[in-house]
Amino acid sequence: MSAADAGAPARPAGTFLARANPLSKLTSAVLLTLAVLITVDWVSAVVVLTAELALLPLLHIKVSTLVRRIWPLLAAALIGAWGTALLAEKTGTVLWEAGPLLFTSGSVAAGIAIGLRGLAIALPGIYLLTSTDPTDLADALAQKLRLPHRFVLGALAGMRLVGLLVEEWRTIGLARHARGAGPDAGGAARLKGFAGQSLALLVQAIRRATRLATAMEARGFGAADRTWARTSTFSSVDGFVFAAGVAVSAAAVTAAVAAGTFNFILA
Amino acid sequence: MLFGRKRQGHTSGHTPAAVSVRPGGAVEPEAGSRVRSRPAAVTARGWGWRHGGRSAQAVSGVDLTVSPGERVLLLGASGAGKSTFLHALAGVLGPDTGGEEQGSLTLDGNHPSDPAARGRTGLVLQDPESQTVLSRVGDEVAFGAENLAVPAAEIWPRVHAALADVGLRVPLDRSTSALSGGQKQRLALASVMAMEPGLLLLDEPTANLDPDGVGDVRDAVTRVLNRTGATLIVVEHRVDVWAGIVDRVVVLASEGGVLADGTPEQVLGSPEHRHTLADAGVWLPGTTPAIPGGAWTPPAAGPCLLQARGLAVARSVRGPAVLSGADLTLDAGTAVGITGPNGAGKSTLALTLGGLLRPRNGTLAAAPALAGTARPEPGRWTSAQLVGRIGTVFQEPEHQFLTNTVRDELAFGPRRLGRHTEGQVLARVQLLAERLRLDGLLEANPFTLSGGEKRRLSVATMLATEPAILLLDEPTFGQDARTWAELVALLREQLDEGRCMVSVTHDAEFIEALGSRNLRAADGVLAAGVPSGVLDTGTDEARRQQ
Repeated sequence: MSAADAGAPARPAGTFLARANPLSKLTSAVLLTLAVLITVDWVSAVVVLTAELALLPLLHIKVSTLVRRIWPLLAAALIGAWGTALLAEKTGTVLWEAGPLLFTSGSVAAGIAIGLRGLAIALPGIYLLTSTDPTDLADALAQKLRLPHRFVLGALAGMRLVGLLVEEWRTIGLARHARGAGPDAGGAARLKGFAGQSLALLVQAIRRATRLATAMEARGFGAADRTWARTSTFSSVDGFVFAAGVAVSAAAVTAAVAAGTFNFILA
Repeated sequence: MLFGRKRQGHTSGHTPAAVSVRPGGAVEPEAGSRVRSRPAAVTARGWGWRHGGRSAQAVSGVDLTVSPGERVLLLGASGAGKSTFLHALAGVLGPDTGGEEQGSLTLDGNHPSDPAARGRTGLVLQDPESQTVLSRVGDEVAFGAENLAVPAAEIWPRVHAALADVGLRVPLDRSTSALSGGQKQRLALASVMAMEPGLLLLDEPTANLDPDGVGDVRDAVTRVLNRTGATLIVVEHRVDVWAGIVDRVVVLASEGGVLADGTPEQVLGSPEHRHTLADAGVWLPGTTPAIPGGAWTPPAAGPCLLQARGLAVARSVRGPAVLSGADLTLDAGTAVGITGPNGAGKSTLALTLGGLLRPRNGTLAAAPALAGTARPEPGRWTSAQLVGRIGTVFQEPEHQFLTNTVRDELAFGPRRLGRHTEGQVLARVQLLAERLRLDGLLEANPFTLSGGEKRRLSVATMLATEPAILLLDEPTFGQDARTWAELVALLREQLDEGRCMVSVTHDAEFIEALGSRNLRAADGVLAAGVPSGVLDTGTDEARRQQ
């Protein structure tokens, strides 16, 4: 803890990943994504996915909770796998055939690769989101990456407004229903109502954003220099997170090349 | 003592980061000996402002000198430019907003938008929701100090001191959206006090709060002023909230310039000024605004319109029930006031009674007198069935505006009902508009109206379809005394015509003025009025007197 943190709120001890700097998590997530993205094959995807699942205990998140949170992704991965197996080039031996449906060992392998890749790409993002507070990410981006603080903090304040707008959308819907502009009529009227409600929300969003901008400006926001009450720091945890990202990515690519399944996406 | 609190929690000693360069130029160690920001002086000479794209002046001809440490209550009619004046002092009406400035306005000799004046003012606005920037309480308070490039080591002691001053005792990592309205306003106050401003500017900071919240915010302001000695300028319709802590009252005239300026006794005590202030819609201490139409007796109750038995209400289909076991009967020609602390489920109850949310449990049945050809459950009515039977006026008028002109806005409901010809509809619109002083604005866009005009229009749009029940959610929030009195007069007429009025409100005077039965929502239950024996005694007495 630096001198500047005296009196600062104690950061929750939290999980291993929550203690890492958002930037190291972001870097590792990008590395893993790149490793899986550049090659369409199941070996690299299996290596990355296995490593990700092995790291699950570091998140202190129950498998059931994780599944509940990512089930749409699981479904998407399954659909992607099924579609690919159905439509990919039919190479290798025929596994199953029924009318127009034809699955071969080659097409099924391609399908599995696509499904696993989807999951392997999605999981690092999920890990990052569940273990990172947006404010800490903004701090890291502005202090460590030196992104313009006006842009970073503006985006952070804007994200908070998005949450409020979800509630506002509901209220506007009820308010319009009370006026007689509710969702009664058929398709065209419904569409028109949706357009009207969207416009009303847009007006409210702009009003709120304008007021928020005034409040921020009144509090000195926008000057060239500013200090940071929360110092974004790197620790040994970040060394591990970064090293794990590099190691797993490298292992995935190496394994795919060694197994002869490396299949460069642009080739 | 003054500096003792500043050291609280500060243990770093004299590290290089703990040395600050004050505007005065002297380099001094931070811990203990730092000079507190001095109170600011304000001078306006023939000052005026015209917003970009507008032809009319927002403010003009203001001559005013405020000495350091003075506490000023700024009054004036809606549209007299009070908020514009505060925004100008806060330096957020810069030349880049496209407006045009006349005369001069200075803060300690500098123009408020001059870099030298940065951080010298702290502005707290009316709406608690749209002035919170960050998601954690501690970060929010630190935000302003960070922007002023206060050395990091100095910020957290300031945060702790500011939160202690406003009496907000919550953990620094508490979510800002989990706070109540009154807590949010005290958070906004702490956030500007952490900047250590010499001038505190409050723009109707308590207009959207319940009575507890109003008192908490006023007490917090008093504490920070006593400790810092900062100059104060507060704009507020409700004089009684601030009259006790200000030492000067300034009234801006609608037509420009300063109408009155003196001690609270001089300005509020003079019969001539009182008359002018009442006309301007200012709430004067110890008086209820004169209601047009004079003395009024509530009509006799008519037939039952809507009946709730064991009603449980929830905001969403899956969310928890916020209020349950409510028994309630709404009769024609009667008024009901629903009170209770924030979050007690009052608004949710109103939305359910208004047929906008389905009951979670229990029954809500419309009597044949109300339902007519429709089925008895209001929650299953279509929009078109609803507008002719129950009108719900939302707290934020803009949520209910649907069209581009006031005329179309008023005609929307009647046209939707299709009971009348276009000629009849327009005649009714004309009548309503005249009744509510909106007839000069029929071609105006609803979104461009003033706060009071928007409120009158939102009530008028609901009355246009002549519903048997009118539900109003906080109809008097932020309204000046004149709009308040007009609203009461209008709703009394509706009661006389046999409609039922249900208001969700913190405004005891409003409940009394309509001769309402009082119901109190608290701790998940609705304490019923007369039948169950729990009754607001004030209302009881008001009824006996009548």
